[in-house]
Amino acid sequence: MEFTDKHVQGLKDLLYKMADDLLILGHRNSEWTGLGPILEEDIAFSSMAQDKVGQSLAIYEILNQLGESDPDTVAFTRNANQFHCSKLVELPIGEYDFSLVRHFFYDHADAIRFEMLATTVVEPLQMVAKKFKGEIKYHTMHADVWMKQLAEGSDESKMRIQNAINETFALALGMFEPSDFEAELQEAGIFDGEFVLREKWLNKVVPLLESFGYSVPDATTTIPEFGGRKGQHTEYLQPLLDEMTEVFAIDPGADW
Amino acid sequence: MENKIKAILETVMDPEIPTLSIVDLGIVTGIISETEGQAHIKLTPTFSGCPALRIMETMVHDKLIEEGYTDVKVHTSFDVQWNSNMISDKGLAALKKHGLAPPPKHDGYFELDVLSDTPCPLCDSRNTTMSTPFGPTLCRSMHYCNNCKNAFEGFKPVG
Repeated sequence: MEFTDKHVQGLKDLLYKMADDLLILGHRNSEWTGLGPILEEDIAFSSMAQDKVGQSLAIYEILNQLGESDPDTVAFTRNANQFHCSKLVELPIGEYDFSLVRHFFYDHADAIRFEMLATTVVEPLQMVAKKFKGEIKYHTMHADVWMKQLAEGSDESKMRIQNAINETFALALGMFEPSDFEAELQEAGIFDGEFVLREKWLNKVVPLLESFGYSVPDATTTIPEFGGRKGQHTEYLQPLLDEMTEVFAIDPGADW
Repeated sequence: MENKIKAILETVMDPEIPTLSIVDLGIVTGIISETEGQAHIKLTPTFSGCPALRIMETMVHDKLIEEGYTDVKVHTSFDVQWNSNMISDKGLAALKKHGLAPPPKHDGYFELDVLSDTPCPLCDSRNTTMSTPFGPTLCRSMHYCNNCKNAFEGFKPVG
């Protein structure tokens, strides 16, 4: 079918939120470089950071083909209120328990999102989604292994992860904030939408966490932390962007 | 004319695995040469975040210029998505020669459990353990061989 302006707007909105989530979480993951609780975790978070920033670039390039500015300009010159990332990804890394639970919730959502987009009618997006769904397997596997291991570790490890699950769940539900274009995306065959994604995600993560021995807050009574997709962010995003763009701000033509 | 270019690209090696050409790695997904001097090359990343890809684009470009091509274009595309089955048999042997366990062949879908007993590239034992699926580069995992007591790296399977 022929895309209307609304379809294109909806597609851009979808691409921006995916790319911004990847860029910001990639940056946060990279903050574990040198600080991981063990060397392997240091490397794991650094590798996932590299994957995510690489994936964000591929999506910014699709946006560029749709008439948006080039990837560097888009990534490095917008202010917090122009970012579409969820609040979940922008929060500081905190303790390892929070970073791990965030990684678990986020990557399972992304894995399903890529799976859904592997059949989108938007060809360039379909291609990268097919590629990303192979790569992200390593991320979800990593998260699952550690969530399970810490459930079986000590009382303290289990309690800390359980607390992090309880505290992060509303933020995780915030990932699925509906856009203004859900109906358009669906009718055009671009994307089945945030609600479908959220249901698939709940069907994946809740039984998995329960099988590890954790309890999961009730999704029907938890109020999701929305706002991020509409440019309303926590106080933590702007300082992150300032740091991320420090060199670019000093010398936009810097080459190294 | 495409075959001649392919032969040239077989001499361009992965900057991180000097025994492996980019053709055997399977990342050359398009060669167009319709006129004398024309070489339009399409590459695809093994992992989207791979920083070596830009280096390989430059290497390909420079090599073709050196070989006398005048209309050289190299670009990255996802229209063919790389998976580890695209490494040629020669490429798999080259990985092993470099001390990297080659990825197992798969039929599209596979569980990552396949990594748990990756054959050791040094002694061929399957009595190995995966230490971590993340290694020094995005495409490698880290393992330990309980037989010859060596740590080794594997090239990750990707579907």
